[in-house]
Amino acid sequence: MIKKFIALWLLAGFGSMFVGLLLGYSPDTALNHTARYYADNTVADTGAANIVTAIIVTYRGLDTLGEVTVLFLTATIVALILSQARQPGGVGSRKAVAAGELLQTGSRLLVPLILLFGAYVFVNGHLTPGGGFQGGAIVASATLLMLLTDPFRRFSHRLISVLESISGVLFVVIGVLGLVLAGGFLDNRILPLGAFGTLFSAGAIPVIYTLIGLKVGAEFSSMMASLSETEGQ
Amino acid sequence: MSTILFSMSLLLAAAMVASAYVALQGKSLSIAVLAAGAVSLFASVMFLILAAPDVAMTEAAIGSGLTTFLFFFVLGRVRGVKDD
Repeated sequence: MIKKFIALWLLAGFGSMFVGLLLGYSPDTALNHTARYYADNTVADTGAANIVTAIIVTYRGLDTLGEVTVLFLTATIVALILSQARQPGGVGSRKAVAAGELLQTGSRLLVPLILLFGAYVFVNGHLTPGGGFQGGAIVASATLLMLLTDPFRRFSHRLISVLESISGVLFVVIGVLGLVLAGGFLDNRILPLGAFGTLFSAGAIPVIYTLIGLKVGAEFSSMMASLSETEGQ
Repeated sequence: MSTILFSMSLLLAAAMVASAYVALQGKSLSIAVLAAGAVSLFASVMFLILAAPDVAMTEAAIGSGLTTFLFFFVLGRVRGVKDD
């Protein structure tokens, strides 16, 4: 009774707050100072067609490094916790439920396409919406589809961790190179900016986003693989 | 924002609230997981209407893709334990 009353009371409080915000909302007629700077100077500074990517990778590159680190820690902890429940042999102890014909054939067709699309999303991060994180998640969903088709499929953890570490280290190395060769940490002008709107443009942004995409994809895949390898005890 | 977009976003918001209600009140766990995924799916279309395609992609890939399947994965594991 008391619990319900508190919940209702909280809901009413939040409701009145949101109604107040909604009634007081008036759309901005002009960009604010920071947004105007990005809108005016992104192309000249970074050569990237997608302003969001320019902000994430260059202007706020350090924050992105932090995000990637958080994701890395999460993947490591998941692997650490689940490694104790991992089965040594893995195959055949539980009764395998065969995936349906539709899922098997469909995944054989779709997995390469999904991988290609993920790679497209992170390679074109500076031109079209999307980028390393989105592309990495798409790549990981291909892994997930493979695991759904065959729950006893095993992925090479060594390969995943090597891929993950190399892309992480290269990401930081490019950041430091920016410090040495250009204006600051993760500055993308260590490579020529190129023609605006082409694939090989915007300096180091495509390289950095490809590395982030590989890293995020490897991390999500390793989480999925660890989850799949644990035996429900 | 034009009238069509406005009515579309109203519809999407109503659909989000309805699927969230199903996720909370539904009797079956798998339907609840699916409904939670549907909330993310509607939210990603909403982000697209609000001119944030980058966020929409993240929401669609992680919110409604990976998370839904992760829940099903864990659900399968938990059920497997119960059967043993």
